[in-house]
Amino acid sequence: MTNTIIAAGASLVIFVFVFDLLRRGVLKEKYAVLWLFVAGIGLVFAIVPGLLDWLGASLGIGAPVNLLFFVMGVVLVLVSVQLSYELSRHEARIRRLAEEVALLKQQLDDPSRER
Amino acid sequence: MSAQRELVAIPAWNEDASIAMVVDLVRKQRLGVEILVVDDGSTDRTADEALKAGARVVSLPFNVGVGGAMRTAFLYAQREGFEAVVQVDADGQHDPSDLGSLFDGLHDADIVVGSRFHPHSMYFVGGPRKWAMVLLSKALSRMNKSPISDPTSGFRAAGPRAISLFSTTYPAEYLGDTVGSLSIAIRNGLVIRETPVTMYYRAHGRPSKNALWSALYLGRATLALIATILKKPSPSKSDDA
Repeated sequence: MTNTIIAAGASLVIFVFVFDLLRRGVLKEKYAVLWLFVAGIGLVFAIVPGLLDWLGASLGIGAPVNLLFFVMGVVLVLVSVQLSYELSRHEARIRRLAEEVALLKQQLDDPSRER
Repeated sequence: MSAQRELVAIPAWNEDASIAMVVDLVRKQRLGVEILVVDDGSTDRTADEALKAGARVVSLPFNVGVGGAMRTAFLYAQREGFEAVVQVDADGQHDPSDLGSLFDGLHDADIVVGSRFHPHSMYFVGGPRKWAMVLLSKALSRMNKSPISDPTSGFRAAGPRAISLFSTTYPAEYLGDTVGSLSIAIRNGLVIRETPVTMYYRAHGRPSKNALWSALYLGRATLALIATILKKPSPSKSDDA
């Protein structure tokens, strides 16, 4: 029973925290939705402990908790890769903007330009 | 001699000690050439010194690396209607007396790479850095029709087709600006030749001598090459198959 309460509590805290970030406009919707989804799934498994056991057994996994760890690992890796992708794209875009800004600045400062 | 509009592009990051001298030398060696200094987020007086020396200056708001600075230069060249761009280092490593052979080489090539490895060269490298250069050279020469003995040379000329390609696709990653850009050019059907040039060792900064650094260089060089070989040819240019 304690386990259930702790797990459900943790999921709820994440849920509320992410929702608050979304409400205050700090987090973009697409990321908020992702984390709310993860927290939601966690909550379901916390409230219905039998679900994990049943899922583990039907997949033929001895200790159901391993299934949980495995799935969590995969989800976190996928999210990190997605974030790296976003970061790379932003770096490229920011650099592009820096180039345009530099060229515009040069055009403004250059006295020899009269077109 | 030739009627083509020529630009010498000098990417410079905190080079106020040498930039004015380089600009002067370039102007004396190639009369009538326009000189563009791309100030790559310098925190010293690089931009002021370059302006005072009579160069055009484009100042990037923060440091983007040589590749990013050169892409800015190609963008500038394309918009301002230049037909030939030669990259010259701001630290005095490149000898401006080679400008003539680089610019003139563009008459029968899209890119002319200044090679420091030739019978009269005084430039030597050794150890893992040498192996990396040999490996890159072999791989790129194989992709290209004619040999490229010095693929990491930054002393090179680009003609109209190369300017147009590079203004959008010049790679900004480490080593991408040299090795990667050649690979992109080959894959887009550009003609690459090389010409012997003189290069001096860096007067100051980044001597890069220790073994760990060399090993890293080799690793990153290999990765850079693999990445560019696997990269799809630029879709923006339509003249590739």
